[in-house]
Amino acid sequence: MAFAAKHLLGIEPLSKVDILSILDLADQYVSLNRQANKRSDTLAGLTQINMFFENSTRTQASFELAGKRLGADVMNMSMATSSIKKGESLIDTALTLNAMHPDLLVVRHPSAGAANLLAEKVNCAVINAGDGQHEHPTQALLDALTIRRAKGRLHRLNIAICGDIAHSRVARSNIMLLGKMENRLRLIGPKTLMPAGIETFGVEVFDDMRKGLRDVDVVMMLRLQKERMDGGFIPSEREYYHRFGLDFEKLGHAKPDAIVMHPAPMNRGVEIDGTLADDINRSVIQEQVEMGVAVRMAVMDLLARARRASEDGGVMA
Amino acid sequence: MSNLLFQNARLIDPEAKAERIGDLRVIGGEITEIGASLSAPAKTHVVECRGKCLAPGIVDIGVKIGEPGERHKESFRTAGRAAAAGGVTTIIMRADTKPTIDTPETLAFVLSRAREESRVRVHAMAALTKGRMGREMTEIGFLQDAGAVAFSDGDAVCVNPKVFSRCLSYAAALDALVIGHVQDPGLSAGAAVTSGPFATKQGLAGVSFMAERMGLERDLALVEMTHARYHADQITTAAALPALARAKAAGLDVSAGISIHHLTLNELDIGDYRSFFKVKPPLRSEDDRIAVVEAVACGLIDIISSMHTPQDEESKRLPFEEAASGAVALETLLPAAMRLIHSGAMDLPTLFGALSLNPARRLGLRAGRLSLGAPADLVLFDPDAPFVLDRFSLLSKSKNTPFDGARMQGRVLATFVGGDVVFERAR
Repeated sequence: MAFAAKHLLGIEPLSKVDILSILDLADQYVSLNRQANKRSDTLAGLTQINMFFENSTRTQASFELAGKRLGADVMNMSMATSSIKKGESLIDTALTLNAMHPDLLVVRHPSAGAANLLAEKVNCAVINAGDGQHEHPTQALLDALTIRRAKGRLHRLNIAICGDIAHSRVARSNIMLLGKMENRLRLIGPKTLMPAGIETFGVEVFDDMRKGLRDVDVVMMLRLQKERMDGGFIPSEREYYHRFGLDFEKLGHAKPDAIVMHPAPMNRGVEIDGTLADDINRSVIQEQVEMGVAVRMAVMDLLARARRASEDGGVMA
Repeated sequence: MSNLLFQNARLIDPEAKAERIGDLRVIGGEITEIGASLSAPAKTHVVECRGKCLAPGIVDIGVKIGEPGERHKESFRTAGRAAAAGGVTTIIMRADTKPTIDTPETLAFVLSRAREESRVRVHAMAALTKGRMGREMTEIGFLQDAGAVAFSDGDAVCVNPKVFSRCLSYAAALDALVIGHVQDPGLSAGAAVTSGPFATKQGLAGVSFMAERMGLERDLALVEMTHARYHADQITTAAALPALARAKAAGLDVSAGISIHHLTLNELDIGDYRSFFKVKPPLRSEDDRIAVVEAVACGLIDIISSMHTPQDEESKRLPFEEAASGAVALETLLPAAMRLIHSGAMDLPTLFGALSLNPARRLGLRAGRLSLGAPADLVLFDPDAPFVLDRFSLLSKSKNTPFDGARMQGRVLATFVGGDVVFERAR
């Protein structure tokens, strides 16, 4: 296996081969997860700590399940309600946990670069589960796996990412990953939700859904992250839904077999029509959740292998 | 205070915009004679310069000293030692201390501490408004009498134009210099970097470069209205330069500065969230950096300063957006500025115009000159000496320099204040 990185901090440092290694292994874990006995002992004896400085039910549950299915000892720390409120710094918290000898540290934090900072200070493998508006690499990987399984390939596709690009780490990681895999990317959303300089990232930018969706193979919707807004990015939810919400009419401009994706949780009736989201002929939103567990299993497996390899190398030297 | 004779020096004269090899005599703390092959009578301490550069010591506007309030970050003693090692002979300290320097009593305390502890000259700015809150003006007259050389709220922009215009009017009547921070506060709120592809890639909240032009244009309009003496602390973007040029052409009493970091670094140096590169305003694009270097070379930007801002390790060991802003630079100002020389962007007399002569002139100080009767505040340096900077070798109490591990060229050999040696590098 060609995956030798110590951490998974983002999609940016990964090569095409790294990405394919993760996806290939994840495919195997999808099969395992569909069996009656889902148990593997790949991570037996290893300790995984999930450190979430932002509340997240889904991502944390997905990482927890992934670790448990691989036999790791999993501990969840909900930092949003913990010592951070007592004024402890991120690094002190990390050093405290580091002293407990974890092997895998899964981190979500509201500040961009928090996972990078932690990775410098701890001895274990760090997995970025979302850092501010920077990256959310496992989300992009599970999206890629979902696309590859639905479309039979992960290259030369027309893919539209729609909505609040500016505040979305999911969008950034997906732009990196899908770009590396040589797809044609379109970003669709109001100008106020487009980050500065995004046109230099090898994407086409649209502020008209119907034009942007024309002939695309994949439609990725983003959550309108209300909690991140300073206010005043869009005039109202209903105008947003009218212009940028995905419904059957707008989807009609895409290819007839185009799939619809969403990282969840969804705001039904704000960025996506509820019936469309539930339409199993178009929506792969439930598959995304399933792929999420498999991709996280693959990532942790590969990082643990790389760790063992470097430790063995250390003993031999 | 001994009599000194500098022999065989490469004399950098920013006033004459010229340099030449020669000798320089100091008697009673003042420059008394400049020429070729001066005689060395008895009781004269001869400094053999071996063709190295002798220039007027740096006059550094906008140095943050942690006294009072944050002595664990920097004291007058450590700042003075760092300044001496960096060829800075006059520190103009900022008023953003704790408490703020906004009364004559605080100012008197600060200046007396400086006299006791610092090896180099220290002058102080006073706040323009009480507590730098932007509501009521300080006692500008009393503060001036007590020695304040300029008035500034630092990076706390006075948001209310009515308050700011009254401060400018009042200061104008006293011929006091007002220093503004020209970053529109509304647009800048929450930003840690300049917006653009780099900010977007790293997922960091950015501010448009336009915030600087907006801040400058507002201040210039009020200066035109009030006829105040005004200095913009840092002009760091190409977009702000035309407004500055127009104001100068219109005859307004306006000058502008820039920090050494904005002349020698760009936003890409931040890389993977290196918080020692977080400064205020944020580092800009390479296009902007090139434009402001040219603006210094042609004199549109008048003054280069260190914007020395000591921060302890705890304030910087945080995720980038939460980390404190600022970098120490008293000791790295001159070596970093030599990058502008080695890249051919300007010559030494022009550089020392921006580092020494222009700030002294703007503040009405006698220093900054290499001419007869000027105080013997001098820096002797080797413009070519290479070294790799180790931040723990800095004399500043705080070690937050973006140049840690950087290859630099240009080292201070000795620094003199009023004819006294305040720093000498072991040879």
